Amino acid sequence: MADDKKFAGFICTGCGIGDRLDAGQLEAVAKREGKMATCQQHEMLCSKDGVQLIRNAIDTDGATHIMIAACSRRAKVEAFNFTDVAMSRANLREGVIWARPNTDENQETTQDMADDYIRMACAEVKFMTKPHASGEQALNKTILVVGGGVTGMTAALETAAAGFSVHLVEKTGALGGWAAKWHKRIPTRAAADGVLNGTNVDLPMPMDNDVDAMIAAVQGSDKITVHLNSTITKTSGAPGRFSADITTESGSTATENFGAIIQASGWKAFDASGLTYLGSANADVVTNVELEALAKAAGDGPIKRPSDGKEVKSVVFVQNAGQNSKEEGHLPYHSGIGDLVAIKQAMYFKAQNGKDCDTTILFDNLRTPGAAGEDFYRSGQQQMVIFSKGKVNEVTSAGNGASVSFKDQILDEDVKLDADLVVLDLGMVPNSGPNPYAVTDELEKLPFQERDKHKAEVEAKIASVTIESILNLDYRQGTDLPHLVNGFTDSHFICFPYETRRSGIYAAGPVRRPMDIKQAQDDATGAAMKAIQAAVNAGQGSAAHPRVGDLSFPSFRKEGCTQCKRCTVECPFGAINEDEQRYPQFNESRCRRCGTCMGACPVRVISFENYSIDTVGQQIKNVDMPDEFSEKPRILVLACENDAYPALDQAAMSGQEISPWARIIPVRCLGSVSLSWVTDAMNSGYDGIVMMGCQRGADYQCHFVRGSTMAAERMMKVGDTLQTLNLEPERVIVHEVAITDIERAPRLIKEMEEVVEKVGMSPFKF
Amino acid sequence: MSDMNTAMIEKYRNSFLSEVEANVEEGEWVKMCMQCGVCAGSCPLGNAWEHTPQKIFMMIRAGKRDEVLTSDSMWMCTSCYNCIVRCPRELPITHIMHGLAHYAKRLGIAPKEQPTAKFAQLFWDNLMKKGRVNELKLGVDLYFKVGEGMKTAMKNKDIGLAMWKAKRLNPMEFFGGHSIKDVSGLHKIIAKAQELEEARIAKHGG
Amino acid sequence: MAKREYSFYPGCSSQKGASSSNYLVSVQTMCEELDIQLNEIPDWNCCAASIGYAGGGELPRLALSARNIALSEEHNPGQDIVATCAACWLATRETQERLQHDEGLLAEANTALAEAGLKLRADAPIKHMAEVLIQDIGYEEIGSKVKKPLEGIKIAGYVGCQTNRPFGIAGESYENPKYLDKLVETLGADSIPTYEKKVQCCGGALAFSEPEKSQEMIKGIIEAAYDHGADMIVTPCPVCQMNVEVYQDQINATHGTKFKMPVVYYSTLMSVAYGRSAADAALNGQVIPAKKLEEIAAK
Repeated sequence: MADDKKFAGFICTGCGIGDRLDAGQLEAVAKREGKMATCQQHEMLCSKDGVQLIRNAIDTDGATHIMIAACSRRAKVEAFNFTDVAMSRANLREGVIWARPNTDENQETTQDMADDYIRMACAEVKFMTKPHASGEQALNKTILVVGGGVTGMTAALETAAAGFSVHLVEKTGALGGWAAKWHKRIPTRAAADGVLNGTNVDLPMPMDNDVDAMIAAVQGSDKITVHLNSTITKTSGAPGRFSADITTESGSTATENFGAIIQASGWKAFDASGLTYLGSANADVVTNVELEALAKAAGDGPIKRPSDGKEVKSVVFVQNAGQNSKEEGHLPYHSGIGDLVAIKQAMYFKAQNGKDCDTTILFDNLRTPGAAGEDFYRSGQQQMVIFSKGKVNEVTSAGNGASVSFKDQILDEDVKLDADLVVLDLGMVPNSGPNPYAVTDELEKLPFQERDKHKAEVEAKIASVTIESILNLDYRQGTDLPHLVNGFTDSHFICFPYETRRSGIYAAGPVRRPMDIKQAQDDATGAAMKAIQAAVNAGQGSAAHPRVGDLSFPSFRKEGCTQCKRCTVECPFGAINEDEQRYPQFNESRCRRCGTCMGACPVRVISFENYSIDTVGQQIKNVDMPDEFSEKPRILVLACENDAYPALDQAAMSGQEISPWARIIPVRCLGSVSLSWVTDAMNSGYDGIVMMGCQRGADYQCHFVRGSTMAAERMMKVGDTLQTLNLEPERVIVHEVAITDIERAPRLIKEMEEVVEKVGMSPFKF
Repeated sequence: MSDMNTAMIEKYRNSFLSEVEANVEEGEWVKMCMQCGVCAGSCPLGNAWEHTPQKIFMMIRAGKRDEVLTSDSMWMCTSCYNCIVRCPRELPITHIMHGLAHYAKRLGIAPKEQPTAKFAQLFWDNLMKKGRVNELKLGVDLYFKVGEGMKTAMKNKDIGLAMWKAKRLNPMEFFGGHSIKDVSGLHKIIAKAQELEEARIAKHGG
Repeated sequence: MAKREYSFYPGCSSQKGASSSNYLVSVQTMCEELDIQLNEIPDWNCCAASIGYAGGGELPRLALSARNIALSEEHNPGQDIVATCAACWLATRETQERLQHDEGLLAEANTALAEAGLKLRADAPIKHMAEVLIQDIGYEEIGSKVKKPLEGIKIAGYVGCQTNRPFGIAGESYENPKYLDKLVETLGADSIPTYEKKVQCCGGALAFSEPEKSQEMIKGIIEAAYDHGADMIVTPCPVCQMNVEVYQDQINATHGTKFKMPVVYYSTLMSVAYGRSAADAALNGQVIPAKKLEEIAAK
């Protein structure tokens, strides 16, 4: 094989590279040390002419491995898009000349940096092979949607509209979910443009419920197959080749194949029975869910109270009942839309029970998200709904009706308000399956040292609660989608909604976070698009978010594997099963190509064609190491390619200096960093190592969700390694760096420079 | 307590907010307050108000009729309009405060010894006589009817003297002073306006 | 014929022997220089300012201003109404807008006016003199008439309340209007753009009924002017001018301060800058003499 490799280097002298650096020397380094068979310079390599130069080398001269020394690998990706060869990039522009001051006294260290980046890029490409798909893929244009509420129906309709087929599985006997039970909907539009502020103007009103029309559309679609009274009893496979068993109540099972899955399992109402202090046992104290039934039963007529059927003449809405509270048995979060629901329901009374029906909303913090939000609030006020900022202490009853005791927080006084009916604003509880990481998540709330001690106790606690599975995945990592917080399935709220840690399975609607009908519809549409993308990507053998289009996938040397299972446990995406012989079994289309498995493997047998222990390890080793007395320390920076590396590029672009001693290597995720790189670097004389990953934890920024967390845990043990080498522990540090840390990122490297100054140069420079 | 006050209590037993809406200048805006408190924080005399505008709006909704109408808070308004321009809901707060003060006065339940209430009435009576304000008479009335008579008058005599020296105060104003020509026409207009307004409120009160 | 003509509403306090008679004198001087003709509304009446509300209900108060507008429409047809007093401007413009937006009120106002044979359309623009200067004339023309630049005088621009809120001048911000500062600069004096009390309330009519509370606020207005090294304060409002000028001795007695800060009208500054005499600028109307202006006027 090695004989087939032909290496070609290209050095761009544009953008000032040729003015600042000795290109001849760079070329010599590439050829002599980097062993490039050829190395050509071009004054503007990304130009049509420059790209053709490279193209010719591949097509005519048969180059199989190319090294491009120009700008950052994040720049000019369209020009330098050579998918038919293995390719590495040396970052001479952002990485060197823009990051260093253009003065004579800096010339030597700047050239040193550039020479090293050439050596590193040459070393990297030598150990790469051109990625190619496994060839096992096929395009499956059918999507499974689990849940027949508004979210599921919208996802099905949107998917069908895009030309894909859908199997829609609903546990109950009817489509429509909660929304079908609502009397009216929260409005979705703000007041029309040009509606002035006033006290009698045209503001949004509750909308008619149109769920029936949606049900009819689903039933009328020839691309949607509806399974009522059915659940998913088994899901196996991977994106592009999922197989699901759809089982009816009567026990008959149909097995279908899918390209991707959307989980729209919705929500449950919080159980109010524990809220006795709010009169939950009183007949005339109802939940906001129950009120919809009362209103619907009343048609357009007056709403009657349950105890004696009397027409309601006064109603009090108690907002935030048992939610956003630290009390035991309450929901720790706020469902966000409860105040919109209360305004809508208060307007039922104004419309159906008469304008003189006293309607009071006792709120804590009134929240009215969505397009109609503030206008809907004004609409309620316009109709004389009374809004009082009050904290409810107790709801009591004497006979019919109820009495609400609250502290008026504006007037600072205790008030008792009698009403025919009291409505409690209950929170939305996600209808998720069991969290595969329940124990880990719980333990991670504890300090690292205490986790082992409490493990058994936490495991027992979690095992004591049975939660019905929704997907019944036959993955080694559990039956269902992981949770993020409070039982909601995970997804990144801002950067990548819908994405879960199970590739090709997308969560949408209130199972992801509390939301109303309109938001659920938008959410379902997004998830449908993601599911279609996932099926198409899987059909091509390329990765989904965030390394979209990457054809590489992990493989392992079976003979070296010790069956330690770390890769199967630590893969954030549950991509790795075990085969019959207990070896890891990679499901390439579940894989997101983060390399966390590679970082986990203690025997270094896992690699990608274009990213491996060697492609990074050889870069580390090929840096020219000046001796201990040279006063030229070397700091290895392993920077996450998603946030930290672009932040450093940005820093250089905006004129920040980066330490001349730094040698920066982008990694796919800090989770992919092998401890062996750290020990190798220390052994070959680096004076310090700075690792830059993304924010971890519940509010993570890590593009691979858990990679950054895994890296942090692994690196806790690095101190021991350093001690065996008799090196100071502060020589290695892990930082969380955001893409916006443009000034901070270079400073963190500078800080390591100061550490080295303090503790001295490494004694390992041979 | 005036008859009208009794009638109003009867009519709006359950909703002081509705009463304010129907009878107070710009009162229909009270329900639109969102309780942010920017008005309270913007008032130059805010710390002198027993109840800030924000609280007054809340008290109206809570049906605290007597506490609102007998309060001297509204009479602390300097008409600086800071609350109006800052209110995110664009409530005409200054006018509502004036309207509430006026309504309380009309019902005969405004605080009796409130200096601004007295001064404001003097001002109105003064301008009504001849169609234009007679500053000297207003000043003299002010010291003897609102302030502590001679004591206040003496305290302010230096100011009067200085103003006279600057030709900005004319002692002769006390005997006659500026007037419009058509005083009777003006009186007819105002009498008619009062008649129309009273009829409107009586309709609500009945 | 004059270049510009307006229907003029002078207001009670500008009358001979009244508290802002000096304002009117300097306004007349300023208008001569700018070739503005002011046609006084015949038989105008008091607007009730913003303190008439105890005795006057909504409609009677609106009727007062409605009468003035109706008289202007009848006798000075087609002319914009201009007022020099902030309260007069505010009451008149408020009436105009309220009646424009409420047909019921407009009908009632007309019923009342009919008692004296008057009728109201409520469609003429109602302007403050500062709007005439800034919007109709502009800084450039104002500056071109300057004969004696007010060099070396540092002046705090005190905008106050009612010329600023709720209508504002030239669309400027309510929190930091700049037109007085720009005007001061145009006349060759030094402005204090960072004068933090420029829109602070002086107490208005409550200076009479709540003297202690008002004087506390006035104290702040003067103190801040001293802190910025001001030689004098300029204002567009007669109530502001009087409140800030005439209580300084009382404040000194109460708080032990040594205030002696002249407070002048913009029209005073302009009359002096346009080379007119101290008498034409009504500098003799100052309770606290504006010595630096007197010096320039005497040159």
